[in-house]
Amino acid sequence: MKAATGAQTTSITHHIRVDLPLHLRRLANIPADARDLILEVPAPVTIASCLDELEHRFPMLRGTIRDHITRQRRAFLRFFVCMEDWSHLPTETPLPKPILDGREPLIILGAIAGGY
Amino acid sequence: MSSVRLLIGTRKGAFILTADGSRTDWAISGPCFPGWEIYHLKGSPADPNRLYASQTSSWFGQQIQRSEDGGLTWSPVNNEFQYTGSPGTHQTYDGTAQPWQFKRIWHLEPSLTDPDSVFAGAEDAGLFQTSDGGLHWREIPGLRTSETGPRWQPGAGGLCLHTILLHPTDPERMVIAISAAGAFRTDDAGKTWKPINKGLYSKYLPDPSAEIGHCVHHIAMHPQRPDTLFMQKHWDVMRSDDAGDHWTKISGNLPTDFGFVIDVHAHQPNTVYVVPIKSDSEHFPLDGRLQVFRSRTGGNEWEPLTRGLPQEHCYVNVLRDAMAVDTLEDCGIYFGTTGGQVYCSPDGGETWKAITHDLPAVLSVEVQTLP
Repeated sequence: MKAATGAQTTSITHHIRVDLPLHLRRLANIPADARDLILEVPAPVTIASCLDELEHRFPMLRGTIRDHITRQRRAFLRFFVCMEDWSHLPTETPLPKPILDGREPLIILGAIAGGY
Repeated sequence: MSSVRLLIGTRKGAFILTADGSRTDWAISGPCFPGWEIYHLKGSPADPNRLYASQTSSWFGQQIQRSEDGGLTWSPVNNEFQYTGSPGTHQTYDGTAQPWQFKRIWHLEPSLTDPDSVFAGAEDAGLFQTSDGGLHWREIPGLRTSETGPRWQPGAGGLCLHTILLHPTDPERMVIAISAAGAFRTDDAGKTWKPINKGLYSKYLPDPSAEIGHCVHHIAMHPQRPDTLFMQKHWDVMRSDDAGDHWTKISGNLPTDFGFVIDVHAHQPNTVYVVPIKSDSEHFPLDGRLQVFRSRTGGNEWEPLTRGLPQEHCYVNVLRDAMAVDTLEDCGIYFGTTGGQVYCSPDGGETWKAITHDLPAVLSVEVQTLP
């Protein structure tokens, strides 16, 4: 698994596109026809800092992606970055340039886990 | 004219069914929270427009939703349920110790007097309370940390606290039930708890009369006679007349005494309803016939109620929180099935009619009788 692609400038705020599962969009009252959610996240941008901003802006999402206390990712959610699965990387890993400049979204995906 | 509002929790969302007092023509709204499991919804007795819902998902965890307008609109409130202190362990299926871990809320029981106060029964078994309408939840730790807690084991559905009965006049007294630990009572507002399982007999236990370990499925109480409790255990229908200190079997002539739901007529404290299920291996009605059984004698003598219910090829289940009674003069009885039917009897069980046939599997049914 590749990790970071170069250091980030710490004084910059990035506009990060985030792709959320349908159920979380509904929970956060994000219209179904809305374009990608855009978060303003100061550098260094990581999955953890994106989730911090997401939960700050949408408090109802606290506990839905990661545990309230341990901050561990919920088992059936995955993080995809530039067509790679970052779910098992440390969430403090800096995100790569295509995410920072908005060419690619940070994808938070509900695992395809079947069920009833 | 009075009206009724049914609050239906299903595997794929919540539904609200309303009718006037005749209970013949129903309006169905929903799904609310589509795609989520709604284990339970319940309205505040002190403010019927204040509703609470337990919304849960294996993917996204627990949410608690609150409505101020009888379910027209909802808002999520706090969803953080933390066990107090170092949680310790309970027993798991293989007999090893397992740390307590919050999974979901099975049952919400609003206070009888305060719309902002709600008790919540959790899996893994813990009792939580909010005093501010769900903005904060705190555990009532005396139950889980009582002497027997480390020996509790889950039932097949998990180690779930599914029944919460509030005493109508004594705020210090509460009865709860846990699968598969048994029934417990506090007489000091939750500070201390004692197992109330004397008289229960569970042949699947090494000691069938053990202090704990009984798979209690549901308990019902009539508010006019709060010391009398009716229990549907895994097998056996039971009754206590001393608030759970002693239980006696009242299965009587039931064709099978396995089942999940049990409830009491709103105006006749000795009239009890159950839905017998064939067995713990076959969770469907005996002989494919859906029958409610009623006892007018507080147990032992039961009569089948079948008019309007399917009497062939019916293989649904009726889960533990999926029966309710209204308080209209001719008490209405309601239950929902895992096949998505919701049945209503507007006459105490004499006749039944399906309000709807095709909802997702029904997890819970509550009814509000509105002025």
